[in-house]
Amino acid sequence: MKARAFSYFRAATIEQALDAHALVGDDARFIAGGQSLVPALSLRLQAPRLLIDITHIGELRGVRREGGFLRIGALTRHCEMLSEPLIAEFAPLLQAAAPFVAHPAIRNRGTFGGSVALADPASEFPAMTLALDAEIEIAGPSGSRRIKADDFFIDLFETALQPGELITAIYVPLFKADQRFAFDEMARRRGDYALVGCGMLATCAGDRINDIRISFFSVGNTPTRVKGAEATLIGSSLNSERIAAAQAALEGDLAPPENDEVPPAMRLHLARVLLGRLLGRLGESA
Amino acid sequence: MSGFDENLLDEADETVRVRFVVNGRKVACEVAPRETLVDCLRNELELTGTHAGCEMGACGACLVQLDGRAVHSCLMYAVQADGARIDTIDGLSESGVIADLQAEFHRRNALQCGFCTPGMLVNANELLSQVAEPSREEIRDALSGNYCRCTGYEAIVDAIDAVAKARNEGGSAT
Ligand SMILES: Cc1cc2nc3c(=O)[nH]c(=O)nc-3n(C[C@H](O)[C@H](O)[C@H](O)COP(=O)(O)OP(=O)(O)OC[C@H]3O[C@@H](n4cnc5c(N)ncnc54)[C@H](O)[C@@H]3O)c2cc1C
Ligand code: FES
Ligand code: FES
Repeated sequence: MKARAFSYFRAATIEQALDAHALVGDDARFIAGGQSLVPALSLRLQAPRLLIDITHIGELRGVRREGGFLRIGALTRHCEMLSEPLIAEFAPLLQAAAPFVAHPAIRNRGTFGGSVALADPASEFPAMTLALDAEIEIAGPSGSRRIKADDFFIDLFETALQPGELITAIYVPLFKADQRFAFDEMARRRGDYALVGCGMLATCAGDRINDIRISFFSVGNTPTRVKGAEATLIGSSLNSERIAAAQAALEGDLAPPENDEVPPAMRLHLARVLLGRLLGRLGESA
Repeated sequence: MSGFDENLLDEADETVRVRFVVNGRKVACEVAPRETLVDCLRNELELTGTHAGCEMGACGACLVQLDGRAVHSCLMYAVQADGARIDTIDGLSESGVIADLQAEFHRRNALQCGFCTPGMLVNANELLSQVAEPSREEIRDALSGNYCRCTGYEAIVDAIDAVAKARNEGGSAT
């Protein structure tokens, strides 16, 4: 099927993009990589009157250090997560997740900002912003603000982003020498959305875990931090007993929805297996 | 300065002029904003080597190179590509840069109906430009977004594997 007719405007600045959206309102959509929006328009799930192309806005590009953060521009493509040295050094969890996002050609176009804005609960990057305690920078008609990932994801495809607001960058706290990370997912085929996926970032003193943030995707309506499991691990060292306790805690942390393909009990089981595997790897990466 | 002209909204059905460099030649054409790049290439420019299958990013038949990188031409509108350099299977064939891949696909029966082949070749070309000697696992991973309904993939992986090895040895695969 083909998209309904729309007009196209290529914005040169953030201001132009915001102004155009403000004028047209609900009937306007920003387009970044288009790797989710174009299929949605082809299927006529959406039929905007105006597409505002944001990919030529220089201010949304680039990856650089800023204070204790890595500032990752919204237009950073998935493929750059794999090739950009600053990401490898200061946000290695994102680099580890990137190969699991779609297929190479989709990674050549899809953007980090677009993935976070869409907030697909089966997507890798939105969940990783939670594990990383990242902050999302948003520009809107009334100015710019920064919001913690913890406060950003609200419900199924629903975020703190108001209509007409633009994600300009994502700020990730710089990876430190006393930190460790792990990432993996289970999917039926390579490149498919995961049945269950998980990423984690721990701050350690020797074998002791001083802090850990664990985030799952494909387990419910939003990317989900498992705070019960985190609490069983903080303050102790990683041994098989603690890992089992964390796995058991998932029962209280996750409530996978009814689904014909993957029943909730199976998803919970897969989540436990994945958590055990990743905590094991975290222990080995000392 | 807003830069946005509200009159644009009344012109959704009208065509706009776009220019790109396709297979090394400068071209201009008139497209409706909703016309995908694959439709523009096939219908306006009559470059029918690029195939349109699922038209939603799932099958990989429509891959082209945009400014040197493989992208799905069904997942972008022609207007988005205004000013870009596009190389399609037609151009890659003419220039000879993938002649060894094509010969090896032919030799190993890595195509039957040929519908998936343009996408497979664009993808293989990009893989070999990034990884000199990919493992079979890496080849399969790179092809994960390209469907083939005929061959069962094995011969396609064989062909790419053979070309990678031959290129490294500085010879031809056959
Ligand atoms: C076959 C296929 C498989 C895929 N597999 C995966 C997968 O395994 N994992 C995964 O995570 N993704 C997957 N994707 C989706 C892909 O990663 C998309 O690139 C991503 O979800 C959206 O990024 P985009 O830049 O393409 O956004 P677009 O499609 O351009 O936009 C998506 C939405 O976000 C809005 N938007 C975009 N940028 C901004 C911004 N800066 N500020 C505010 N709003 C914005 C748009 O208005 C739109 O509503 C897949 C896609 C396809 C076609
Ligand atoms: S036609 Fe583009 S991926 Fe199938
Ligand atoms: S050769 Fe027929 S689809 Fe691949």
